[in-house]
Amino acid sequence: MEMKILKEGTGEIFCKNTPTEMRNWTRVNKTRALVDKRMRIKDAVKKFIKDGDYLAIGGFGHIRIPMAIIYEIVRQRVKNLSVAGHTAVQDIDVLMAGGCVSSVDIAYVVGFELRGLSGVQRRLFESGQVKKTEYTNGAMSYRVRAGAQGIPFIPVKVMLGTDTMMHSPGKVVQCPFTGEKVLLLPALNPDVCIIHAHRADMYGNVQIDGHIVKDDLQARASKRVIVTCEELVSDEIIRSDPGKTVIPFYMVDAVIEQPWGSHPGNMPYKYYFDHEFTEDYLTAGRDKDLEAIDYWLEKWVYSLNDYDEYLTKLGAKRLYNLRDLEFLRAPVR
Amino acid sequence: MVQKDYTLRELMAVVAAKQLVDGKSVAVGTGLPLVAAMFAQKTHAPNLVIFFEAGGIAPQLPTLPISVGDSRTIHKALCTTTLIDIMDSMRRGFIDYAFLGGAQIDKYGNLNSTMIGDNYEYPKVRFPGSGGANDFGSLAWETLIIMDRHSPRRFVEKVDFITTPGYLYGIGAREEEGLSPGTGPSKVITDLCLFDFAPETKIMRLKAIHPGIKVEDVKRATGFEFIIPDNIETTTPPTEEDLIILHEVIDPEGRIFPK
Repeated sequence: MEMKILKEGTGEIFCKNTPTEMRNWTRVNKTRALVDKRMRIKDAVKKFIKDGDYLAIGGFGHIRIPMAIIYEIVRQRVKNLSVAGHTAVQDIDVLMAGGCVSSVDIAYVVGFELRGLSGVQRRLFESGQVKKTEYTNGAMSYRVRAGAQGIPFIPVKVMLGTDTMMHSPGKVVQCPFTGEKVLLLPALNPDVCIIHAHRADMYGNVQIDGHIVKDDLQARASKRVIVTCEELVSDEIIRSDPGKTVIPFYMVDAVIEQPWGSHPGNMPYKYYFDHEFTEDYLTAGRDKDLEAIDYWLEKWVYSLNDYDEYLTKLGAKRLYNLRDLEFLRAPVR
Repeated sequence: MVQKDYTLRELMAVVAAKQLVDGKSVAVGTGLPLVAAMFAQKTHAPNLVIFFEAGGIAPQLPTLPISVGDSRTIHKALCTTTLIDIMDSMRRGFIDYAFLGGAQIDKYGNLNSTMIGDNYEYPKVRFPGSGGANDFGSLAWETLIIMDRHSPRRFVEKVDFITTPGYLYGIGAREEEGLSPGTGPSKVITDLCLFDFAPETKIMRLKAIHPGIKVEDVKRATGFEFIIPDNIETTTPPTEEDLIILHEVIDPEGRIFPK
């Protein structure tokens, strides 16, 4: 049975890496040795994130997001990133406010779920300043699964018959075995994946408590992986329960211990959302006067040297309150 | 006991909850769909299994989550996993209901949550896009749709963008496009009425109206022709006990039902 293309979308493919190139690149560039990968966030961003890279972000938009890395990307004024909008919320919004993003694979963007829409993203997408292609959350996960597996495309059973499909690069074909119609989507092998996890050792063995979302697949599909963690642990701890290692060391390029690294996002079993912080951020972004968001960035990103200064500015009391919220207990402090 | 002092949003939540059968499974988003699922669990359907697309399975929800991925969605869960694992379970046939909403809906139950306007490159309003909605609407056995603010701007002849498939362009269309047989939207719950879909055409059909609402009101608020059968039921309003569950147990912070 010949595989004929029955229908196809017009969406642009923003990430050009192919699985075979990735494989060859990995052979030469990724160490398999157990080496100490600790470094400063500043240095990791400088070393591994380049203008024009395709970026995949771990967590779920405002849950377990690598905000310390995000702020550093903005601070270093990285330009023309393509981003996997695989439910992207606070993470992509700050990158877009900072002018770092030129194109987005959209599954979920612009929204802050129950908190409403983002002014920053609406402005940039509605004016056409940032390019876009449509997918779904499932579709983006399928694409990184193909990338992780090292195959160039993957047949899926979503998006069929819709405008979402027509604005993707997907192609509808008949299965050569059963004759059933399926949608083919290109594999996704991002240049860089940034993740915030609960713990890791200095070699990059990573553990996540609770839902993993898509971090396991994104780490497996990406060229470079930068991990921040709430707690840096000895490899004895990792070796005592190796089934908890969701990302093994050889995929990881940099490890940074960064407590409170998901603020103002939620970190399951650690701290809940900083509602007030995010509401203030959204208000600045929705202001028609663009100076409001620039002022916010100056105050919380550009004027600070690093994430430690950011945490100091937030203050201990504010952060500890988020722990009380997470554990559904009345604040006592 | 029937309590007269309720809002249409509260009524919608209760009517939506009653569509869920005990012992089945549902994938939900935040907002009213989740309120409905939580309400069903706390009333007639204690064995309803709730799935969240970010990877939470069968949590014991302490309060209403803000996100389908926040800590509350995995609170005392039976399993925490990955987004793709949830979609795989749905594709494999384990998930009975998906609960969705959108900015616009047409007579075949196609949903738009992507954009308003006629130019994709420069939309009048850009919305979030599919998220997991298209996956849910493609893969779950049955899609339940909640639409508040029932008006001709939201119930339209043609949606500006089909984000999530309903019955697309009519009977047989889902199968023709490659979606699995036996799937699609079954009910649409609004602040005026409850629709189902006529089996012979897959066009929206008035099934029940809320107390005090007339068929004329529904017609005026709907931008397309729907089917009006001879017998139209009236929905049952929430009881005082129902309202206590909604306000004090499910949404004490008043995020969905402002105080």
